Amino acid sequence: MDFTLNDDQVALQDGVRKMCEGLFPMDRVRQLADVGGVDRALWRELAEAGVFSLRLPENEGGAGLGMAEAALVFEELGRALVPGPLVWTHLAASVILGAADGDRVVGGLERQEEPFLVEFPDAIDVLLAVDDDGLWEVDRSRLSARPVSWPLDPLTPVNVAGGLLRGERRGVPGDAMRWQLEGAVLTAAFMLGMSAVLTERSVEYAKERQQFDKPIGSFQAIKHLLADMFVRTEVARSAVYAAAVNLDEPSLGPPARAVAGAKLMAGEAADLNAKTATQVHGGMGFTWEVDVHLYLKRAWVLDTQFGTGDSHADTVAGLLGA
Amino acid sequence: MDLRWTDEDERFRTELRAWIDQALPKLPPETKREDWDARRERDTTWQRMLYDAGYAGINWPSEFGGRGASLSEQLVFYEEITKAGAPNVGVNFVGLLHAGPTLIAEATEEQRSRHLPAILKGEEVWCQGFSEPNAGSDLASLRTRAVRDGDDYVITGQKIWTSFAQVSDYCELLVRSDPEAPKHKGITWLIMPMDLPGVDVRPLKTVLGSSEFSELYLDEVRVPVANRVGPENDGWRVAMVTFSFERGTSLVSEMVEARRQLDELAEVAKVVERGRGTAWDDTGLRREIGHAAAELDALWNLVKRTVSEAARTGVPGVGASVVKLYYSELIQRIGDLAMRVLDRASLSLDDVYDHSGHFVEERLRVLALTIAAGSSQIQRNIIGERILGLPR
Repeated sequence: MDFTLNDDQVALQDGVRKMCEGLFPMDRVRQLADVGGVDRALWRELAEAGVFSLRLPENEGGAGLGMAEAALVFEELGRALVPGPLVWTHLAASVILGAADGDRVVGGLERQEEPFLVEFPDAIDVLLAVDDDGLWEVDRSRLSARPVSWPLDPLTPVNVAGGLLRGERRGVPGDAMRWQLEGAVLTAAFMLGMSAVLTERSVEYAKERQQFDKPIGSFQAIKHLLADMFVRTEVARSAVYAAAVNLDEPSLGPPARAVAGAKLMAGEAADLNAKTATQVHGGMGFTWEVDVHLYLKRAWVLDTQFGTGDSHADTVAGLLGA
Repeated sequence: MDLRWTDEDERFRTELRAWIDQALPKLPPETKREDWDARRERDTTWQRMLYDAGYAGINWPSEFGGRGASLSEQLVFYEEITKAGAPNVGVNFVGLLHAGPTLIAEATEEQRSRHLPAILKGEEVWCQGFSEPNAGSDLASLRTRAVRDGDDYVITGQKIWTSFAQVSDYCELLVRSDPEAPKHKGITWLIMPMDLPGVDVRPLKTVLGSSEFSELYLDEVRVPVANRVGPENDGWRVAMVTFSFERGTSLVSEMVEARRQLDELAEVAKVVERGRGTAWDDTGLRREIGHAAAELDALWNLVKRTVSEAARTGVPGVGASVVKLYYSELIQRIGDLAMRVLDRASLSLDDVYDHSGHFVEERLRVLALTIAAGSSQIQRNIIGERILGLPR
């Protein structure tokens, strides 16, 4: 047992962080709201860096890596708050031609209750659906859709759709189950990255911002909020990494409980850290100009994907003593 | 990132399990909470059995008689001991987890050879004389005076929250040896025999109605200078060595036990009648139990990360404060959940359902965890200042 990152994993983490800093500075991320959330050239850069093909075998153009590495990559994407259907396109790399190399942007739905809220409706080339019976490529001509002029998250445009989700079969029930688990862990990893960067930026702000002639971070009322942000991040990190490793290593036992715990813990960390960051930033935290609200809104969006916190808590309860 | 136990870990687990299975029935039965002599007898007998089997001092280096186990073996050890319902360290807590490791790090050859084997064999029980009525979170403001007189320190003062004092042979004692120096620089760490004249132990009744802690009144107690560990006035640094151990490993068995208890709580919830069904049919309650289990799982994985980092770097990492803070607050919430499951059965410390009394007792016991060994507020200061670099 050695639950630390190995040298290759550290290098991967560094590499992806630098790439994100170069490709996705916050002002550029904000501009993506004007183009439906996805810029094709940037999307191809992500593909070139291996974001989508990472887990494909080397003879299929991938890097042959596992969920542990994929989680590290998605954590970095979350830090940079990169928009777009990243998780779906990554999952689809082995199923949809053109997904791995960034030629086709793949979105998806794993909720069966109408109305469906389809994300990035103008940016995606393919819409997949997952249910208990398998993976399906949705025939979008059979969906009725109405645009949403004011999405909660400006970086996650949506439309409201109804109709038939099942189109051409792209996977069997076993694939669907695996996608649910992998999607939950990658989404959790993304939220983990958000939680970490929210902590760092709030700490920086609390060191600079002066009130009563002192940095506000010197007041215990603020200091303890920041300590809790750090604690939530590290607890969530442990859950996310453990779930990813569990998916790679079947000898560790069934992954369902670890995965549910990871999504639950990371989802709460992202939500609570974004709210705390808003509070620490004071009045500025309530402005459009400061980035915190973009993280908060994304946390709320992601909580609805691959199982809500509530549903995952129910899953863990059902597996207690198992 | 590798979470697989190695073949050696698994071999160790198999051996240990087999040993526990045959050793446990030989141990005297559990005793009444307040029968301190019997508790000492049981805990030290178990310690001797561990020693004879080569499991004593699981975390101590082998050159000092310990098992010298790898950190992953230590986790296996705590897991198996707790799962089997074998005694935890009990009255040997201070000796094995605080005083012993401090002696290993800081004591003279003579002090080590006199005390370390005795602690491992269960022949010496230690207590901790750190806190005082006016020195709690601000421990460095302690005022128990030590005045040098020839080859002795003459000690007068009062200590509090001294665990197991009534059955201890030695006390790891912090005293003010230089009242003029800044508060962190005038403290000395001493080994105090508990049978010296002038040592008065007065048990302190806690919210549990029992006396895990005592007050220690010291009236001109003469402790030989030879019992000093580390240089005079350097006791604060010596004590900090102990704290890093305290926060590093002492919660591991607690946590294994908490995971077992949560499984048990789910079982209890399935038999407690509630409305037309059971407490487990209450989706809100069930969801919160699932939530707590996910938190505990995450925390257990944080322990593994912390332990792995410590194995790499040799020092307990920042994870220790995080684990302490999160666990102590979580276990209190789990206690609240247990009371909601038990409802009116929570009025009784005697069992109403199987083990229900234990949950009620635990609910009270864990109130101490957010206060002892650095309160939650102090932990948040430590995280804020030492990890996040926030100004004081």
